[in-house]
Amino acid sequence: MYAAFIRACAKPAGAALFLAVVFGVAFAAPSLFAAPAAPVAATTVDIAKFLYGPKEITVAPGTRIVWTNHDEIPHTVTAADKAFDSKALDTNDRFEHTFAAEGDYAYLCTVHPFMTGIVHVRKQ
Amino acid sequence: MDTIDPTPLLPRDDAHDPARRKALSCLAAWTGAAVVWSVAGGVPRALGATTDGKPPAAAKNALTFVQISDTHFGFNKPANPDIVGSYRRAVADIHALPQAPAFIVHTGDISHLSRPDEFGQARELFQELKVDRLHTVPGEHDTIDDGLSGYLKFFDHDGKGKGWYSFDQGGVHFIGLTNTLNFKMGTMTSLGDEQLAWLKTDLAHVSHSTPIVLLAHIPMWTVWEPWGWGTADADQAMALLRPFGSVTVLNGHIHQVLQKVEGNVALHTAMSLAYPLPTPGQEGVGEPGPLKVPAGELGKRLGIRQLSVVRGKRELALIDRPLER
Repeated sequence: MYAAFIRACAKPAGAALFLAVVFGVAFAAPSLFAAPAAPVAATTVDIAKFLYGPKEITVAPGTRIVWTNHDEIPHTVTAADKAFDSKALDTNDRFEHTFAAEGDYAYLCTVHPFMTGIVHVRKQ
Repeated sequence: MDTIDPTPLLPRDDAHDPARRKALSCLAAWTGAAVVWSVAGGVPRALGATTDGKPPAAAKNALTFVQISDTHFGFNKPANPDIVGSYRRAVADIHALPQAPAFIVHTGDISHLSRPDEFGQARELFQELKVDRLHTVPGEHDTIDDGLSGYLKFFDHDGKGKGWYSFDQGGVHFIGLTNTLNFKMGTMTSLGDEQLAWLKTDLAHVSHSTPIVLLAHIPMWTVWEPWGWGTADADQAMALLRPFGSVTVLNGHIHQVLQKVEGNVALHTAMSLAYPLPTPGQEGVGEPGPLKVPAGELGKRLGIRQLSVVRGKRELALIDRPLER
């Protein structure tokens, strides 16, 4: 699952976008070219402009994550292995999922499969 | 957004290339008028036919049909707060055509969220169309929640429980395909092996001189990969279609008119009846979301398409008709 995510992000533009999203949300500061992406501890993910923000998130086991779609277009939050699936989220619809076990959970929007994200669940 | 090399649909800067002149004159013949081209995101775009607003009457022996697309019933955002009104304007335009169409094809995204009430509303609204038949293919908005099952409850054309089918009318072999089910992480959609095998079997019984019209929602060529505007295994379908003398592919999905010619295969996307989308990779936009255009512009960006097939002629006559001209 993780390998699939790495491949999806291997394109230079994808990597740049990824960094911009992670840093933009994590620090809201223009330090875009600092160190590699630090883990982000948060329980909300915003879907806006066809991006999951943050695209990559690290949480402790038992954390509930809430996704909210801010676009005028429906999106989904669907695990790559279908373990969770939001169904169609209309504008301002929310989806919650609690991550009990450690692991890497890659997910995508099934309507726009170029939209991908990943949840890392790690004991902290 | 510049990591791919968009497939050049027609050479960009080659006014002296006879192949390009031939393609352009060919396209002009389809629309019955001059075609104005611009290049956006590496994709030549027909800005519209310079007709005088009156569609030329089709030849008497022609099979005429109409394509509508991307109605998105259920959408109610500022980009178009009255999509039912837009649809009804299109219905009036269709009924005003000098030659009544034999049928209508809808190239997908009937609904916005694939919800039963949206499909139900669509079916009621489609009954306002005074035509014998409506042939549809699903868009990805029609298959979000339950794959094909929600869509098929309302639009199972041949009762076989599949999104793909074929039929013959007026000497033309029509094929409807589904390319909205096989979304995989980070890739474009695909038709899938089962459907490609069905297509091969279906075409095995069709003579190579029979004109083919193929319907599918997402473009059957790579228009803009970063936005998923293409079909990953379209090449396999094209290989099956290449032996045929006349193939016309009608797509929706990108809410604008684009055309591509590949040998005997002509591919066309259509306008939406709901809202416009940006041009492929449009600068300053970043994502393929609904475009809010100034009042008075919307009707010029939505519309229908009239097509005529004349026996013995290889190309289809094709006229894109915006709601406001």
